[in-house]
Amino acid sequence: MAGLNLNPGLLGPELVFLILVVILFGAALIKKPKLIGAILALCPLAALISAWWSWASLPGLVASPSLQFFGAYRVDGLSQFFKILICLGYLVAWFNSLKLPSLKADQKPDYYLFLTLSAFGLILLSSAAELVAVYLAMELSSYSLYVLIPKRSHSKAAAEAGLKYILFGAAATALALYGLSLVIASQQVTFISKLSGLDWSLASNPLAVVGLSLFLGGLFFKLALFPFHFWCPDVYQGAGNETAAFVATLPKLGAIVVLIRLAAPLSPGLELTDILAFLAAASITYGNLCALAQKDLKRMLGFSSVAHAGYILVGLVSGSPEGLAASAFYAMAYVLMNLLCFWVICRLSTDGRNLTYQDLNGLSARSPLLALALLAAAFSLVGLPPTVGFIGKLWLITSAWGHGYDWLVIVVCLNTAIAIFYYLSLVRHAYTEEDLPAQGAQSLSLDGSLISSLGALVLGLLVVLLGVLPGPIWSAVLQASQSLFQ
Amino acid sequence: MDQSSCYPVLTVLTFFPLLAALLLWPLKSDLRVRQVTLIASVLELLLALPLIGFKAQAGFQFMEKRPWAQDWGLSYALGVDGISILMIWLSILTLPFCVLCSWTYIGRRVKEFHVCLLIMTTACVGVFSALDLVLFYLFWEALLIPMYLMIAIWGGDQRRYASIKFFLYTLAGSTLLLVAIVALRVTGGTFFIPELMTKGFSFNFQYWIFLALFIAFAIKVPMFPFHTWLPAAHVQAPSAGSVILAAVLLKMGTYGFLRFSLPLCPLASVHFAPMMVAISLASILYGGAVALGQNDIKKLIAYSSVAHMGFVTLGIFLFSPEGVKGAIFQMLNHGIITGALFMMIGAVYERSHSREIVKNLGLGKYLPHFMFFWGLFGLASFGFPGTNGFVGEFLVILAAFKESTSLGLLTIPGALLAAAYILKVTLKMAWGQPASPAGQSWPDLKKKEWLYLSLPALLVIYLGLAPTGLLNLIGPSVEDSLTQFQAKKDSVNVIYLSSPAGKPQGLIYERDLPPNVSAPAPEPELSAPALGAEPMATQGQEVK
Repeated sequence: MAGLNLNPGLLGPELVFLILVVILFGAALIKKPKLIGAILALCPLAALISAWWSWASLPGLVASPSLQFFGAYRVDGLSQFFKILICLGYLVAWFNSLKLPSLKADQKPDYYLFLTLSAFGLILLSSAAELVAVYLAMELSSYSLYVLIPKRSHSKAAAEAGLKYILFGAAATALALYGLSLVIASQQVTFISKLSGLDWSLASNPLAVVGLSLFLGGLFFKLALFPFHFWCPDVYQGAGNETAAFVATLPKLGAIVVLIRLAAPLSPGLELTDILAFLAAASITYGNLCALAQKDLKRMLGFSSVAHAGYILVGLVSGSPEGLAASAFYAMAYVLMNLLCFWVICRLSTDGRNLTYQDLNGLSARSPLLALALLAAAFSLVGLPPTVGFIGKLWLITSAWGHGYDWLVIVVCLNTAIAIFYYLSLVRHAYTEEDLPAQGAQSLSLDGSLISSLGALVLGLLVVLLGVLPGPIWSAVLQASQSLFQ
Repeated sequence: MDQSSCYPVLTVLTFFPLLAALLLWPLKSDLRVRQVTLIASVLELLLALPLIGFKAQAGFQFMEKRPWAQDWGLSYALGVDGISILMIWLSILTLPFCVLCSWTYIGRRVKEFHVCLLIMTTACVGVFSALDLVLFYLFWEALLIPMYLMIAIWGGDQRRYASIKFFLYTLAGSTLLLVAIVALRVTGGTFFIPELMTKGFSFNFQYWIFLALFIAFAIKVPMFPFHTWLPAAHVQAPSAGSVILAAVLLKMGTYGFLRFSLPLCPLASVHFAPMMVAISLASILYGGAVALGQNDIKKLIAYSSVAHMGFVTLGIFLFSPEGVKGAIFQMLNHGIITGALFMMIGAVYERSHSREIVKNLGLGKYLPHFMFFWGLFGLASFGFPGTNGFVGEFLVILAAFKESTSLGLLTIPGALLAAAYILKVTLKMAWGQPASPAGQSWPDLKKKEWLYLSLPALLVIYLGLAPTGLLNLIGPSVEDSLTQFQAKKDSVNVIYLSSPAGKPQGLIYERDLPPNVSAPAPEPELSAPALGAEPMATQGQEVK
């Protein structure tokens, strides 16, 4: 394997975030509000620089990926694509949590410290090309979340959510670690690129298959895939709105990028691929059915993300560059539409409480822009054109069709008919219910600031425009995933 | 195609309403919103003028094709042929009428209403001109959102139920349409419809594709067992919503059959033709019979739509030039007539605030001008000679008689039922004895109402007396598509066991044609004589 091969020019995003983390750690120690305010303003700047850096290095890396740290760290088109997404997602999450109504002022530096640390872990994860490195990066991002989730003032539900996440997370991690040891024992290799071409059939190499399945279980936990989803609705509901927006979006990206790397050696017909297909179908159906019965918006979105985790897996079963690219594209779509949905929720909940459908009543009159943004997000989550959710889903199912998983495509499409009901409820309450909610109608004044409108406008336009003009991004993702097969 | 127009007509027609919707955003006064939308709708009509240059020949005209997402083979392709040209005119014509008939009917959230109207026009024109499967699906689904909002916000008392039912029903139907699109892409290698039309697929493949398409289109039409969303949606929708629903939305289903089911699945179409004919007949008879029993005028017209659309699907699945031409003509007629009837129901509702027949009696005395138009559209609706309704229905019935006398005879009760329910409601509305003389205070037609009723009335009479022009316009496309249909059907060894009546009784086919074979060379001598059977003689074979 190529030696240390350190090239700082390609590690820009990592370095920027590392420095940011150190600065924020210092900010958490001092008690000068003005200085802290100035330091916090560095976060969006750092995110923009990192995103730009990843973007600038993308074209060169697509052609020739760079392996660093003895081959454990792979900077390629895929990793840069996900780093851009993570940086931009972090940016939105930062703007989203500017007000943080549910947190005391003196805890804010801590909050941003762990937010940034988690994003840093995810950035490392998107380049990790070796199982131990994957494990370390994954834990770095998760440990920060363990601290982040209970950070909601005077909320027992948040404490409970945090505890649940830690306990479930620890169990999943232990399983993944055990699986990792089995993989090492049976295949004697931990580099993901070396894993392809090895024997992955259950009949001749059971230890490796079981090991990889367990390792995948750890990733599925992060992704909240059925049956590893139990934490998801509770954590979304318990955590603060802004925290939930972060937990629901960025950590999923980290899990997906590793899954995409791991799925490259899987071809249709293997037991592992069948398991993926089955879990996808189960997750989609289960998530959608459970979401039907929810009243709390964040809980509904929790189950919706269980379903979407399943959608993303659909791209992995075909074992083709198109399929992997479709998964990566849908990951972007997922993050965009969820950020948009949570953006609207956070703007509505100015006192930081959880919202129900009733709280959306009359939104179209109170804020036409937020209502329109919610409409775009809802129909994108369903997968209706002309939104990015539709194009993403179209590519997922087109890549999966004809590889022996046609039934999965039909399950995906039929689920649209289930999902429409609860997403349509969002639109129905925002547009057609005109009487305001009875309890606490006064206290609920939405955030009408410029940032609120701007964020909704930008995210909403992205959701629609990327649905209409997906071409350039798709080409980039496709080339990036083709390089995984070389 | 070499058309003498200096701008991409179809693109402009599709996206001009969307642009107009954006222009409405800053407007403050309701009146201004209505005026701007009306001007935009007239401009849209003017922009459509180059379409008059549509030549009566087969093939797509006004084609535009640009790459969209090349890596995945998506293209932005628009074009019209004889099958879609009338539908595009209909979609564009509907818009100004919708604005006019909502002038006083819609009193709240006016701007949002007109934005919905304009977006719907974009989607309608898009559906009928899209030549790329994904583009088609995009417009097809995008239409649901404004229509849902229209019913859910400006609808009647049960708007929530009706709107959700409408959305769920039609969306559930089109989920499998998406699967079919994906399967066609993977097997046929392209999303581009004209290219797909040249490919031949195995019967097995066609079988499943046809069924997937059938569910989507049959719900949209709606055909008999799938029609239950229609009366609910029609009754609850505001006038303009009903007009678009009846005039344009329902046509998308039958258009889908013509554009996709027949050319892409010819073998399966023939295989399922008996079922389709039976369901069409059931729609005609069931729709008519239920319409006869309605007390709500709007519900009555809604059920009559089920019956009329039954004639359209019947015409399509007889595979004869008369039948298909009649079907397309009937699509246009139904759009004009039923659209006008729904506008009239809206007008009378504004006066009596009721859609019950008993609350609208004796209008012949109070509103003579109104009743004149009602009578005219009513006559056209049941196909009175001299009106356009007659032409379409006559052609379809003629095709049915050509197919077999018994089939022709079965359509007759449908035509009779149509006369019965229309005459029943017209009789009561014109000469019924109202319980209270409230009608005395109602004003007769206003200027705007004259405007939006007299134009459809002129069309009804003109098309009734001189249908040849339009029939010639759509003729070449229809005949060409039927010729191709026939050629494809015969080229892949399909043989029918001959029966005395010459009707398909059973089917022997070669199931296992490899999926990627494109239109294999005709080999009739191999199949027909060898097995001692003769190809089915349908009307379509008489096409030159």
